[in-house]
Amino acid sequence: MPLTPVLTKRFGTNQPWKIDNYEALDGYQGLRKALTMPPDELIGVVRDATLRGRGGAGFPAGLKWQFIPQNDGKPHYVVVNADESEPGTCRDVPLMMNDPHSLIEGTIIACYAVRAQRAFVYIRGEAVHAIRRMTRAVQEAYERGYLGPDVMGTGVAVDITVHSGAGAYICGEETALLDSLEGKRGQPRLKPPFPATNGLYDAPTVVNNVGSLASVPYIVLGGADWFRALGPEGSPGPDVYQLSGRITQPGQYEAPMGTTLRELLDLAGGMSRGKEIKFWTPGGASTPLFTREHLDVPLDFDSVVKAGSLNGTSAIMVFDEDDSVVRAVWKWTKFYEHESCGKCTPCREGCYWAAQILDRIVHGQGTTEDIDTLLDLGDNILGRSFCALGDGAVSPIASSIQYFRDEYEALIGQPMGATA
Amino acid sequence: MKLERPGDPSVFSDDVRAAAAELVARYPEGQSRSALLPMLHLVQSEQGYVSPDGIAFCADLLGLTKTQVAAVVTFYTMFKREPTGEYLVSVCTNTLCGLMGGDEIYESLSKSLGVRMNETTPDGAITLEHAECLAACDYAPVVTVNYEFFDNQSVESAQELVSVLRQGERPLPSRGAPLCSFREISRQIAGFADERPESLDAEATGTPTEIGVRLAVERGSTAPSYALSRENEAADGDASQTVEDDSREEGKA
Repeated sequence: MPLTPVLTKRFGTNQPWKIDNYEALDGYQGLRKALTMPPDELIGVVRDATLRGRGGAGFPAGLKWQFIPQNDGKPHYVVVNADESEPGTCRDVPLMMNDPHSLIEGTIIACYAVRAQRAFVYIRGEAVHAIRRMTRAVQEAYERGYLGPDVMGTGVAVDITVHSGAGAYICGEETALLDSLEGKRGQPRLKPPFPATNGLYDAPTVVNNVGSLASVPYIVLGGADWFRALGPEGSPGPDVYQLSGRITQPGQYEAPMGTTLRELLDLAGGMSRGKEIKFWTPGGASTPLFTREHLDVPLDFDSVVKAGSLNGTSAIMVFDEDDSVVRAVWKWTKFYEHESCGKCTPCREGCYWAAQILDRIVHGQGTTEDIDTLLDLGDNILGRSFCALGDGAVSPIASSIQYFRDEYEALIGQPMGATA
Repeated sequence: MKLERPGDPSVFSDDVRAAAAELVARYPEGQSRSALLPMLHLVQSEQGYVSPDGIAFCADLLGLTKTQVAAVVTFYTMFKREPTGEYLVSVCTNTLCGLMGGDEIYESLSKSLGVRMNETTPDGAITLEHAECLAACDYAPVVTVNYEFFDNQSVESAQELVSVLRQGERPLPSRGAPLCSFREISRQIAGFADERPESLDAEATGTPTEIGVRLAVERGSTAPSYALSRENEAADGDASQTVEDDSREEGKA
């Protein structure tokens, strides 16, 4: 099983966040090459590479770029979604803290490709060291002429503004992020129209995740075929799997899309408490749980869907036999209850009631009927809101009842031990 | 939120006004409202929370109503509506950190500090909160102080951390820059650069961040190479070489 560091390759090198060190390790070579190519050719390369959005939805980034109308006389924007907050996900913050210039380089290339002169990096407000690093790296890029009114003497103008959020999970949803960036409550917009035509300030906007944009310089340098040489055909490239939980060595493992958890666990030294794996998330809290039955599912966007979940952000949280799945789901549900933005009734009320029911069950006051009510509630949340937050809330509930109904039933009339 | 008094925008100095104007200037013409979140971080950096004064100040400068501003303030967790202590201690109690010890850490700190969610110790040193996932799951359970990471905490280490903070010391975070006050960090979040040299040099890495790269180097495992137009000048043992010297096709699925 290969490890294929691309996005993480500078981690642990000599202060890679400084521009001199970044340049010494191929930094800004992708931009140099990109600026010699016509923008449409650049969009073609990213499209042909089949780079699928690393923010979780897996939408092809090249298509997003291609959807931007050209010669429309409107300003265009590139917005970097750096609001990493899906539970289990922890790869964008380390990337910005350690290798901020790769994100900046990819963002400049994206601006050039879609003819945007302005980019905003919307960083999660709590990620202070990432904000600090990005702020400094943007300054350095201006000083070197990679940003500004005349990028590297080509006449291309690109400005980047670093913008901090203020603590709201929903702002990772692209249209909520845009509203937040406009200084409003971060609530999702009805789509269509999509950001490609009516995005930031109602202008054509590309919203890409950190990992998607940071991949771009390598795709430009290596070419579409190079990127597609890793991983399966419909979902290629290297993927930064983030392993956490009951494993010996948690961390960032960058391997080809389609790597299995069995292979990743082998790299991570196996389980940490000598217990069997019980349940895990393939792509964050919002993706239906997997069990030990799924250790050999190739973890890429298409294969995970076939197996009944979503690859999401490749955030793999591993739990063992001693972890209560009901307690885990109860806590996730309280998270969604807290983070539901309140715009759509099914999600706002549904998450609230799901949390109440789970609270009852965990405290031994639930009934058998409650388990079915949870499923019924899920059916009334799923697909009935503007965005996917409510769908995400249903994922752990429905999947845990599917695989571990007996564990719910065992709690009926039996309060859970404090450390169960 | 205490909105019983109208709020007085004049309590903010000319310097704060100038800083706010600087924030507004970062956004396209006619889009000054985009500066609202940064400006709220700015007023928070002045008063330690977003007060009615801060709301009135932002409303005045951006031509919004106070209700419009208050609606934004109440939406976001990071805008505190009561005065915050010198240090905001956030304990991740989302599922993974919670199960791995975060829940016990939060309970234990709450008990020993005598405060609950968003409350501040009487000495004004510490405001405690339980936080949602802080994007450091590979370092679970994690605690942040003014949003700087203290990784792999236990009840004992977290108790030690707050006790040292209350004695006026500033322990170094596991990853990130040396601590500053809540007001100072709020100013940075608003968008004003941290100019401390030690902050710009501060390491932000650890074994979980580097483990994949280290294993790759150890095993000679790499991504497929691509031809670069110039020699790689990487230092010895540099992981970037793993991209350069690959001769295998193991990446093929």
